Amino acid sequence: MTGALGWPRRPRWAPETGPPGALLLTWRQYRLERRMFWRNPTAAFFNFLLPLLFLALFGAIFAGSQRDLDVIVPGIAGMSVMSTTFVALAMNVTFLREQGILKRLRGTPLPSGSYLGALALHAVTNTALQIGLVVLAGRLFFGVGWPEEPFALALFTAAGVACFAALGVALSHAIPNFDSAPAYVNAIFLPVVVLSGVFYDAETAPAFLRDIAQALPLTHLVDGLSAAMVSGSPLRDHLSDLVVIGLWAAGGAALAVRGWAWQARDE
Amino acid sequence: MQTVSDAPAILVRDLRKAYGSTEALQGIDFEVARGEVFGLLGPNGAGKTTTVEILEGYRERSGGIVSVLDMDPGQRPIQLRRRVGIVLQSSGMYRHLTVREAVEHWAALYPDPRDVDETVALAGLEDKADQRTRRLSGGQLRRLDFALALVGDPELVFLDEPTTGFDPAARRSAWETVRRLQALGKTVLLTTHYLDEAQALCDRVAIVKDGRVLAVGAPAQLGVGGTSRYRVSWRDGAGELVAQETDDPTALLHRLTSAALARGEALADLSVTRPSLEDVYLELTAEEAR
Ligand SMILES: Nc1ncnc2c1ncn2[C@@H]1O[C@H](COP(=O)(O)OP(=O)(O)OP(=O)(O)O)[C@@H](O)[C@H]1O
Ligand SMILES: [Mg+2]
Repeated sequence: MTGALGWPRRPRWAPETGPPGALLLTWRQYRLERRMFWRNPTAAFFNFLLPLLFLALFGAIFAGSQRDLDVIVPGIAGMSVMSTTFVALAMNVTFLREQGILKRLRGTPLPSGSYLGALALHAVTNTALQIGLVVLAGRLFFGVGWPEEPFALALFTAAGVACFAALGVALSHAIPNFDSAPAYVNAIFLPVVVLSGVFYDAETAPAFLRDIAQALPLTHLVDGLSAAMVSGSPLRDHLSDLVVIGLWAAGGAALAVRGWAWQARDE
Repeated sequence: MQTVSDAPAILVRDLRKAYGSTEALQGIDFEVARGEVFGLLGPNGAGKTTTVEILEGYRERSGGIVSVLDMDPGQRPIQLRRRVGIVLQSSGMYRHLTVREAVEHWAALYPDPRDVDETVALAGLEDKADQRTRRLSGGQLRRLDFALALVGDPELVFLDEPTTGFDPAARRSAWETVRRLQALGKTVLLTTHYLDEAQALCDRVAIVKDGRVLAVGAPAQLGVGGTSRYRVSWRDGAGELVAQETDDPTALLHRLTSAALARGEALADLSVTRPSLEDVYLELTAEEAR
């Protein structure tokens, strides 16, 4: 009989020889993130229901005006990208760091790349689900057709995820502690969402607001999504939108990597 | 894949660490042999966690040499992380996983993990295996720390105040775990405030204070030949208990007993004791505080 601390037995799923590879570990961490996500109803609610709630509200307000509905549906899609990446990551990374969970992981053989890759995949999955829900709701309830340009939709969603995920992680470095995280996040998220024309056609805003909006990545994401989902205007007319999103993504990624810390700052 | 080597599992030479203008470590030296259970003992703020976290690769040293399993922990090589288990002084855990899921996930990170259920049982959590970690008590979470640190079957285990927050029974069973690790030939570096714990578990201890090592040795031997001496006590003619410390108890006893015999008295309650680890500890740490 093996004592309580006999020689280790190899679990069934383990590879026959050698240490587990980075890809396998990325996959396992990703599955863990998914499982934990669904077990935390508050997070799931904020990720999925809040944008849908906004869609329902504004859909009701604009009911009867297809022009407005055609604005609000891609607008909410853009907001969803930002909430499932920027908001979720800024909050989660702050929490994980403050709790010392990042530090604990840091002491294991889990490669950093596998961990961050899993977090990114997790965010991509949430965004894809969310966009799917918005598209479906737009089609079923708000008279918006199936996406005109599915490829452009995927491309802009991917660019949006990269951009806002990087910015969310970068923001987490500036948040001093988890208690203040919602304040920091909303102080950015809410004005950006309003300025970027999620709820109205940005062309109708006053000039100085339009100028600010033109510098923000969400404006360009909503433009791109709007073209892909509603107007079907070709991708080549929206390359400048992609460039702006790409620039923000590059800046965000640089900040996210430079400021990355596995431990709270006071340690 | 355990490389057999005569080199010590841990080597620390003139280790220094400054936090801004605070010099937390001012030249720490010690070695831990393979298979040894080594304790860092010292008051709050002595520098125990700083030392251990440098060896774990969490903190950068300001100076000195460290080697852990023949590697530089400052580089954090993955080969090292695969062979080391860490119980931090405090660290959080995913709240929405069950104990078994957590241990299973951790096991998968290592090349040659221990059996998951066996590890859960080893940590004394078999009753809680299917409970979410957020519903564990403080002491149970600490046991989970143990399970997560041991599931990779590490050859070297760092335990930073492993039994703080344990009830007496849990402390005993944690001690039992450390002894079993020792019996398996694992190396353990632990920190503690508890002298009985150091005495019960450690092959050798280093007493640390203000970032310096004040004494190193086996708990029973500490002090012999060092600053501490034998303590001889007896009751004098007035019935007062008096004590005297000496390096040479034979001579002192000879003097005392012959004087007493000459006076025709008995030396009531005569005893010769070697200082306990606690005496040494209190003496050393108080001396420095002067
Ligand atoms: N991140 C830090 N920044 C600044 N000073 C620090 C930091 N960490 C520790 N110190 C200081 O370094 C000294 C040693 O701290 P350390 O945590 O290593 O002590 P310790 O022996 O583990 O104490 P305890 O028994 O209370 O855990 C203390 O004076 C502490 O204030
Ligand atoms: Mg400490």
